[in-house]
Amino acid sequence: MTRLRIVVAKPGLDGHDRGAKVVARALRDAGHEVIYTGLRRTPEEIVRIVEDEDASIVGLSSLSGAHAFLFPRVCELLNEAGLGDVVVFGGGIIPQADRPALHEAGVRGIFGPGTPTDEVLSFLEEVVERRANGSPCGVGEGSDWRRS
Amino acid sequence: MVHHAVLERAAIGVGVDRLDSISLLNEAKNGSRRSLARLLSLIQSGDTTAIDTVQNPPASRSLGITGPPGVGKSVLTDRLASAFSDRGQRVAVLCIDPSSPVSGGSLLGDRMRMEESGADERIYVRSVATRDAVGSLPFRLSAMADALAHAGHDRILIETAGVGQTELGIVSIADHVLLVEGPERGDIVQAEKAGILEMADVVVVNKSDLPGAEQAASDLRSGLEFGRASTVPVLLVSALNHTGVVDLVETIENLIPSDTVSSMRWRLRLLESLQQTVLSDNRLEDLVRRLGDGEVSLQQAVQELLQPEDA
Repeated sequence: MTRLRIVVAKPGLDGHDRGAKVVARALRDAGHEVIYTGLRRTPEEIVRIVEDEDASIVGLSSLSGAHAFLFPRVCELLNEAGLGDVVVFGGGIIPQADRPALHEAGVRGIFGPGTPTDEVLSFLEEVVERRANGSPCGVGEGSDWRRS
Repeated sequence: MVHHAVLERAAIGVGVDRLDSISLLNEAKNGSRRSLARLLSLIQSGDTTAIDTVQNPPASRSLGITGPPGVGKSVLTDRLASAFSDRGQRVAVLCIDPSSPVSGGSLLGDRMRMEESGADERIYVRSVATRDAVGSLPFRLSAMADALAHAGHDRILIETAGVGQTELGIVSIADHVLLVEGPERGDIVQAEKAGILEMADVVVVNKSDLPGAEQAASDLRSGLEFGRASTVPVLLVSALNHTGVVDLVETIENLIPSDTVSSMRWRLRLLESLQQTVLSDNRLEDLVRRLGDGEVSLQQAVQELLQPEDA
């Protein structure tokens, strides 16, 4: 198994992090190193954390409805920082209607409430496979590939 | 740039080009956090070319921050990082958390409590899992600190995972050690026990806003007076309320590097290096199995490991 460094982040103002903590715990139990940011991080802070921690994956959790702004903003800043090889996934309350725009921004997986954590793990396995054979999957690596 | 796909191959033992390591180091020296971060990953994964590139680091001052779980090490580290940064120093922080012995995974949560330094872009913060280390410190921590020094950080804070009284490893790595205690950590007998207290350069009783802090400080001072370390300052701090932090920073700035402990540092470094050598020995797994099956005694296993590997 490839051990990944994964940032689990709470962008914006909402204070609900049970979902983020459940995912963080599941990723830890699957053998990954999970950096949890704590609540209320700005997109700029999240990107700096991803950069400093050399995380190759970032999971964003939002339950406040601000995902439509915050997720694409994180994607944009990752690309600006030269971190286009980082894979972005999201979770929380994300209505179907909002998803195409997030995919367009580079979010590769969206996992709503009630998603079994195994689905997130299998998403990550696919990421590792794609990286190993050179298929694009990072936020800045233009591709139609997505899992959600 | 070294892509994550390359780093993932390095993590499973496929070496990285020496030129890649050198270019990462040069980019890190020119201020690239991304390159510094990727170099640190290579070093921690044991890539020998990356480790070689960070030999002979420029001068820097490192401070180990250690103490039992729950005494407030993360918040105190956060406040110290900000304070040193405000004094114009280039600060880097390594926050250590344990890896799960079962899954190998780790939940690195120190950033939750690092509100000030997390928002200060002058400060480089890196969470480090202990991975396959037996004790509370990850392997290659010294080399990671050396990489930070190369990248221009002159103040390096290393926050350990919560430790007990006997874990001295940080003494072998950091120039100075700050021991953090909390109020009501036990009676005077606890403070008089041998161990990390004897090795600390500064002792802090954190959470000084809570009852029992004065008493704890007084117990620690008497404990130290009975020993050889009667000059070690014991300070009261409330990291949460920012009380006493300025005094603490002054005290740390005035610490003088001591030569008298250097032989003990070398002793600890040698032991750490020996442990790494054993853990990376190909015969280890087989020996563990044979021990479990009762085929060899512990003494015999040690003797076998001390023989050259190809013998």
